[in-house]
Amino acid sequence: MKLLNHSIKYISFTVLVLISIWAVAFYYSMLNEIKENADEELENQKRLIILNVNRNSEINLKTEFDESQYIIRPIEKALALSVKDQYIDTKVYMQDADDAELELESVRMLISVFKHNDSFYELQIINPIVEQDDLIKALSWNIIALYLVIGLSIVVVNGFILKRLWRPFYNFLEELKSYRIGKSKPLNQIETPINEFIDLQKAVNEMNQHSLNSFNQQKEFIENAAHELQTPIAITKNKLELLLEDEKLNDTHAQQIGETYQILHRLSKLNKTLLLLSKIENKQFHAEQEISINVITHQVLEELDEFAKFKNIKLKIAFEEPSFLKIDHSLATILINNLVRNAIFHNHDNGEILIYVRAQKFSIFNTGSETPLHEEVIFNRFHKTNLSSNGTGLGLSIVKAIAQTNKLKITYHFHENKHRFEILF
Amino acid sequence: MKILVIEDELQLQANIKESLEREKILVETASDYQSAIDKAMLYEYDCILLDIMLPGGSGMDVLRELKKSNKPDNVIVISAKDSLEDKLEGLDLGADDYLTKPFHLAELNARIKAVIRRKNLAGKNTIVIGNSHLDITDRTFNVNNELVHLNRKEYDMLYYFMSNKNRLITKSALAEHVWGDNSDNMDNFDFIYYQMKNLRKKLSDSNAEINIEAVYGVGYKLTQL
Repeated sequence: MKLLNHSIKYISFTVLVLISIWAVAFYYSMLNEIKENADEELENQKRLIILNVNRNSEINLKTEFDESQYIIRPIEKALALSVKDQYIDTKVYMQDADDAELELESVRMLISVFKHNDSFYELQIINPIVEQDDLIKALSWNIIALYLVIGLSIVVVNGFILKRLWRPFYNFLEELKSYRIGKSKPLNQIETPINEFIDLQKAVNEMNQHSLNSFNQQKEFIENAAHELQTPIAITKNKLELLLEDEKLNDTHAQQIGETYQILHRLSKLNKTLLLLSKIENKQFHAEQEISINVITHQVLEELDEFAKFKNIKLKIAFEEPSFLKIDHSLATILINNLVRNAIFHNHDNGEILIYVRAQKFSIFNTGSETPLHEEVIFNRFHKTNLSSNGTGLGLSIVKAIAQTNKLKITYHFHENKHRFEILF
Repeated sequence: MKILVIEDELQLQANIKESLEREKILVETASDYQSAIDKAMLYEYDCILLDIMLPGGSGMDVLRELKKSNKPDNVIVISAKDSLEDKLEGLDLGADDYLTKPFHLAELNARIKAVIRRKNLAGKNTIVIGNSHLDITDRTFNVNNELVHLNRKEYDMLYYFMSNKNRLITKSALAEHVWGDNSDNMDNFDFIYYQMKNLRKKLSDSNAEINIEAVYGVGYKLTQL
């Protein structure tokens, strides 16, 4: 949910509650006012009626509320003395203009007693007041209308203000979304007079600079470490080679030195590959030129053909059309070479490798393990499908790194027992 | 034969020295720019191994000085920098070969011998061991003056072994020399074993007086019968 909608949600809810409370309060105060008004009128009428009655010596008893809307009837003295004036809400049958027949209508009634010629009479006067139902209904419609108008204004004003005020924020956000550390250009300065946004940008820039520094340090560290390790490893290898030539060495010792040498060789391979990977990621191969993928593919196949033959793997280009890519020559070779090599070394004997060179993509299909590889991890550094294999686990990481630095897309797919790697130019 | 090794990494220098001395080569060493210039200008060597990164100056400058004073020494540049520019600059300045660190001692051996052969035996570039002749120019192999057909990889292997007579060549060194970077994934070196078997069969079939024997499962050694 967007910030805009959140604020609208809260404001609308608050307004709804406030208006509802206000409506209830308003209703009761209104009702109170109406009743007070009616009561005053009833009191006035009472006095007029009693005055009138007192003028005549005879009293006209009335038992029906007719047009004069009061009744007079005698009551017991004892009862009369205990009665005080009281106003009550009650209903009587009446016919209004909008009624088809007699209906019970709300009225305000004054019940009073008075003394006339030593007799006590009860006086009941009614005054029709507005019906509460009608009042509530009318009030509700008004409240709903008010609420809608306020709600609509909130949405419009909020939308307008927020869009205007928050525009720099959203622009900045878009920029952040597409930002990739170490790959994108520095973020643009956002232009805003709003302090919070300026602070935000400052904070982000500082954080970004910090990450960038760590990122570069890490990259540099890997490259430097690999570079610095090269010489000691090479020297140790040389020393073991010299030692192995020693005539005085007995067979057991020689065997052990031999094994140490093999392990060291693996280490040196790993180091060399790591160095290459760092160099690719640090963009040290940047002699970009128009490269024919066809030429590269043929060269690579020629070099790797004997390895394929050794495992009796059928290695061929199944389809080929002219394909060009702007890339560093060494990188193009490493890219194709690693993919083909991967297809050979992870293949089984008598397997098959098919290569399709298209104008916009390079695809390689190979037989191999009969289960699909995990697409999410195969490009990770040091991921090995076969743990006992002699590989470094960096071959596909290199492919991925080359693809990334050259903005190519690489995909993996497993279909009908064939692994497919595809590079989209 | 006398060789000057200019290398500031003392352990590496010691390894190179020991390896070359096993080839009965006289080795002198220098480990900084000044002593390198001093020795190179004062004496004559059959070959100079020159590291580019030196304390006190660049190996390229040593090379420039050598060429300026028309010294006839062969120079092999060795450097950790494997960029193409460095290589081209070195060769432009008159270096005879260029080797990137890290390298196998056997590879260095082969390069030194190749450089010296090219200078000394103008025109006739062969390695001879017993009745076996390897012609470097024509890339042919003769035993008792009879041509033995070798494929490209077999020739490369035999060349490497004959340049390193009586020396251990590890499988990794062999793989790197013959198959380059593509040797990296060769599972268990079965592939090399298979190739070696073919080469050894050709040698014994042609009655060559050389033999390639396996050494402790680590590598092979060429000996004269």
